[in-house]
Formats: sequence, structure tokens, C-alpha cells
Amino acid sequence: MEKRVIFKNWWLPLLLVAPQLAVTLVFFVWPASQALYGSLFVEDAFGTSSEFVGVQNFLGLFNDGYYAHSFGITVLFSVAVAGLGLGVSLLLAVFADRVIRGARLYQTLLIWPYAVAPAIAGVLWMFMFDPSVGVAAWALKRMGVNWNHLLNGHQAMALVVFAAAWKQVSYNFIFFLAGLTAIPKSLIEAAAIDGAGPARRFFDIVFPLLTPTTFFLLVVNIIYAFFDTFGVIDAVTQGGPAKATEVLVFKIFQDGFKGQDYGGAAAQSVILMLIVVALTVAQFRYVEKKVNY
Amino acid sequence: MISGLKQRLARISALAAVSLCGVLAMPASAHAQTEIQWWHAMAGALGERVNDLAAKFNAENKEYKVVPVFKGNYDETLAAGRAAFRAHEPPAILQVFEVGTATMMASKGVIKPVYEVMAMADKKWDPSIYVPAVAGYYTDPKGRMLSMPFNSSTPVMYYNKDAFKKAGITEVPKTWPDLQTALLKIQSSQATPCAFTTGWQSWVQLETMSAWHNEVFASQSNGFGGLNVNLEFNKELEIRHISRLSSWVKSGLFTYAGRKDEPAAKFFTGECAVLTTSSGNYGNIKKNAKFDFGVAPLPYYDEYKGAPYNTIIGGASLWVMNGKTPAVYKGVGKFFEFLSRPEIQAEWHQATGYVPITKAAYELTLKSGFYEKNPGADVAIKELSGKVQANSRGVRLGNFVEIRTIIDEELENVWSNKKSPKQALDDAARRGDEQLRKFEAANKAGKI
Repeated sequence: MEKRVIFKNWWLPLLLVAPQLAVTLVFFVWPASQALYGSLFVEDAFGTSSEFVGVQNFLGLFNDGYYAHSFGITVLFSVAVAGLGLGVSLLLAVFADRVIRGARLYQTLLIWPYAVAPAIAGVLWMFMFDPSVGVAAWALKRMGVNWNHLLNGHQAMALVVFAAAWKQVSYNFIFFLAGLTAIPKSLIEAAAIDGAGPARRFFDIVFPLLTPTTFFLLVVNIIYAFFDTFGVIDAVTQGGPAKATEVLVFKIFQDGFKGQDYGGAAAQSVILMLIVVALTVAQFRYVEKKVNY
Repeated sequence: MISGLKQRLARISALAAVSLCGVLAMPASAHAQTEIQWWHAMAGALGERVNDLAAKFNAENKEYKVVPVFKGNYDETLAAGRAAFRAHEPPAILQVFEVGTATMMASKGVIKPVYEVMAMADKKWDPSIYVPAVAGYYTDPKGRMLSMPFNSSTPVMYYNKDAFKKAGITEVPKTWPDLQTALLKIQSSQATPCAFTTGWQSWVQLETMSAWHNEVFASQSNGFGGLNVNLEFNKELEIRHISRLSSWVKSGLFTYAGRKDEPAAKFFTGECAVLTTSSGNYGNIKKNAKFDFGVAPLPYYDEYKGAPYNTIIGGASLWVMNGKTPAVYKGVGKFFEFLSRPEIQAEWHQATGYVPITKAAYELTLKSGFYEKNPGADVAIKELSGKVQANSRGVRLGNFVEIRTIIDEELENVWSNKKSPKQALDDAARRGDEQLRKFEAANKAGKI
């Protein structure tokens, strides 16, 4: 039986949750409902006239080959960013965990990039790899690589993936390091006595014990790649060349702000919101059922 | 962890809805002076010039205060203006680039036409003082000026004189085949690592090239005549020209360096010997180039009878927003008169490379001997004052911002060898037409 005898009246609990409710209403429910409402209309640029069109904006999206293309690009981008971000940070965390002298210094330095805003990170990478004046582009050219991400879609994709993953490595690193510190030393020592080498110890003991952290980070990283990388893409490629890096979030901006198609952009926002909801539900179910903290 | 995720969710939903509810806070004016907000997109040295203009006007007119606010690039400034209008807090003056012109014209009730504003400020205002090639673009079919021309430019060709000397090129190329011969010399003599690049590819290589040869870019007189426009740039001249540029990419003569002003860096760093882009880049190139450079008219094809005609304008104009008090409009009118003064215009033209918007400013610059001291600074205005024909007045399309993006994407497909020039231009025209139909539907015919 559920116990509900703590509060006698309704007003106190309501008062206590009111700030959180207000924030949710103002920053989530209201904009979300506006997006849903807007997705059913076609408007001119300044919103002086609007016409109800039902689900036509949604149908338009499904008939738009570039929307499907953008979906594919987003999946590729997210998997690459999450994979690279998790892989590199796990490697760094394992090494940082083993270092004895100057461990603090390494750990602090590795956390720094997280303090950089995505747009700034994007600008940094854009300058380094600018085909005309970039240092990294110049070095690549000397090595015989014809670097021009303004024209080569694969290079552009690689560049935004690196820039986006670089920023996330620090975040992941903190979690992995915390996860590693929580693993009892006795387990690892016992394995070492049994003759397991470092690689064996990692795959049989450390990695399985890190799965809750890894799973959490995987979801967070995918959400990051889906939604938080707008700044990086806007600064580095603006979705180009020829839509090679136009992820879903950027397409909303492109269609809504540049293309003045508010209805279409709102419909895309609604679909994107459904994806977040699905991803979140999946995570909570998984967290509750499979992982025991 | 869960609260972290919730924060993330809140942020995401805010982003998702931002396209609908951009709310811009604006400080309320509490001065006795009438404040005139001027939102613009002029960055760097140009932004300083804009501030100078406002300061000079404010010093002369104590009862008004023009407040220039930098709002990002052209796209961002227009987006900010739209969001502010929706929030009922628009600025008095909004700078909108030429591709946003049709959108602004179609937005009745959003804008206050300049001819009305001027009538409020000064009965004697004479619209014929403006250069026709410039003002014509911002004029409605009844001959009434709707926005104030501000920074107008046109495509020109910049060339590195030192590189030309090194490659043994004695004459500045006039036609595209001549240019090809010159570029091959630059390549074989290795005068510079890159021979050619271009900025604003849609505007320079398609829109202006069509006007330059009096060929059709879009139906309905390139969009001047109405909203039921179709793109027609997938024809012989354009296919031929894009094919030539595509062959230059393959043979290494043309290095693609970006959609907007980015390619200018390739030129002033000395990497590329020839650049076709906006005349508005003059100041920037002059400041940065450590070599002798020249400015020449855009090349043409001499098989086209009568070519070259005239180039078309780019840049931006100033739109007055609706719903302000008469006092504000009076101030705006005074400010526009100030901007149109010959000495103010001449100074702006000479410092920036934008063309003078009044004939008097051109005469003044001519008399001052500026063009003799700065050869090439008059190329733009001369190109614009060519013989204006039906197809060379300019291009004015709805959803033009999006159409430019489409053309950029399709041209990138050509440069990276994914599509043939014909295929890409056909696709661009088809996709662009879809945008035109959307615009037509959203702005019921007859409003323009």
C-alpha cells in the first residue's frame, strides 16, 4: 500500500512544487504547445496572415527527400560523435586513472574543453581548418592531403564530428573517471594475482562494471549530438557543402529562419520533440530494469 | 543525472519553439529626444562607418537620436526584424539585403514605404536624384520608392598585378575565353598556387551573368512583374558558363572557397590570382593585400549580341517599419536626407567600395580626382550604368534567400563532380520553383 500521510493539506506540497511546475510550464509546455499549434498553419514572413492547413506541413516533410536525407545525416553524425566521444574519453580515463604523478594536472586539463561553448568550439575548429588561412589545413596540404571541407562533404562531416566530439570528451571523461574510481581495487588485484594482463583485466572486470556509466553516457551523448551541436555546425559548415552536414536541428533553423517557412519548421520541431521523448522513455525504462546502482 | 536530463529537455524544447516565439527585449526610450532604432548587418570596419554616420547625424539634430544596433549577418538581421515585428517591438529602420526585397515588398502593413516617410518629413524630396540602376530595384511598378538604397554593390573582377606580370600577361582579360588563357599562363608559370576563385556564386556567376548578356533569369521580368514566377536560368548561356567553370575545377584553375565573402581571403593572401566578387570587398582587399592589385569589369562572352549590358546590384537597403509615431517618421526622413547628401554619400562610397546612390555623389567623387588616384574604384558604377534592358534590371524573387541556398548547394554538386552542370541547373530551377510556389501561396497574388 502506498503511504500518503505526510502532508495534511494540499497547499504546502503545491507551493513546494510550484517553482518547478512554473519552469516546466513556461519553458516546456508553452513553447511545445506553440510549436504544435504553429505546425498546423502556413504563414507569411511577418506573421500578418496565416492559414490553417491541418497536417499538410507534416505530409510535406515526408514527401521531401531532403528531410529523409537529413535524418540519415543525423543518425550518422550522432553515432560518430557518440562513438568517438565515448571511445576517446574512456581511453583517456583509463590512462589518467593509472597515472600516479601529476594525476590531478592531467585530470584538470582534460576537463577544460567542456567549459568552451559549442559555438566557440566551432569557431576554433573552423579557423584551424579553414582552407584559405587555417593552420591545420596548411599542415594537411603539406602532407599531401587536398583539404577543402567547403567542397568535400566527407571532410566537412569529419570536421564537425571531431569538433563536436572534442567538446564532449571532457564531460564523458569525468564520468568515466568517477566510474573507474568506484571499482574496488581488490577485484583488480585478485585478477592480477590470477595472472590476467592489463587488457584482460579491462575487458573482463573494469568494462562490465562500467556499463551503467557507459549506458548513461551513450544516451546523453546521442542527445547531445542530436540537439546541442547546432552551434558547431552553424559555425563550421552551415550544413554544407550541398547539405552534407545538414542535421535535423540545423534544418529547422535553415527552413524556419532563412527559408521563412515557420509552419514547416514547427512541424519539424514537433517530430524532433517526439524523438526526444522516445529516447528519454527508452533510457528510463532501461535504467529502471537493467542497471542497478 | 535525471535533473541534468530535464534541463537538457527544457533547453531542447526552448530551441524547438524558438522559431515561433522569438521575443526580443528592447530598451524603452525615456529621453526627451526621439529615439530611432537602426538595426543593421555591417560588421567590422563597415560597422564603424555606420556608427560614424549616426554620430554625425545626432550631433546635427539634437531632437533625434539614431541608435545603430548590429544584429549579425544579413540573414540574422532579417530574422531579428521579423521576430521583433511579431513581438510588436520592431526597430524604426531595418537593413535588409537585396534578396529579401521581394519579401519586404509583399509585406503590406509591416513596412512604411519610403516615399510616404519622405512626404511626412519634407515636401520637396526629389526621388530623381538617385542613380536609376540602384533606386529602380527598390521601386514598385508604379514608380514609387519603397526603401532607401544604402550599401549597393555589384560584381567586379579583382586581379593580382604582380602575378599577372610574373606570368607574362600584359592585357587584362575582357572575355571568359581570354581569362581562361590568362589563368593557364598563371598555372604554368606557377605565379600563384591558385588561379581563380569566386565569391557569391549565384549572384556573380548566374544572376549577373544573365543580366550581363541580357538573358532571362526568371519569368515575369525576373520577378519584377508578379508572383507567378518561374526560374529560367537552366538555359544555354548558363549551362555553358557553369560547364566552363566546372572544367576549370577539374583542371585545377578554379578553387572553390565558399558561398559568401570567404573567397576574398584567398585573393588578398596572394593564393589566388583572380577573384570575381562584390565591389564592396574593395576596402577589405585594399587593407589586406600586400601586392599590387587591379579592378576590372566582369568578363563576358562576345558571341552574345550587344554584350556586355549591365550588371545588377547587390548589397542592402533600409526599410522603415510600420506602427511608429509621426515624430519617429519625421526623424527617419531627416536621417535619410542626411544619408543622401552628396558629401556624405561620396565619403561612404570612397571608403567602402559601395557605389554612390546619388548622381551628385558620383560627380563629386569624380571632380575630387578620387578615381585617378584609385584606378578601378569606378568600375562598379560604370558596370551598373550600362544599357539597362528588360533582363538586366535585376532579379527580385520571393523566398530568394532559400533559392540562393538551393543554387549554392547545386553548384557545389557540380564543383564536386556529383552532377553535370545541366542536371544541377535543372534541379536548382525545379527546387527553386517550389519555393516560389510556396511564396505565392503565402502572399496571395495581387499584393505586390
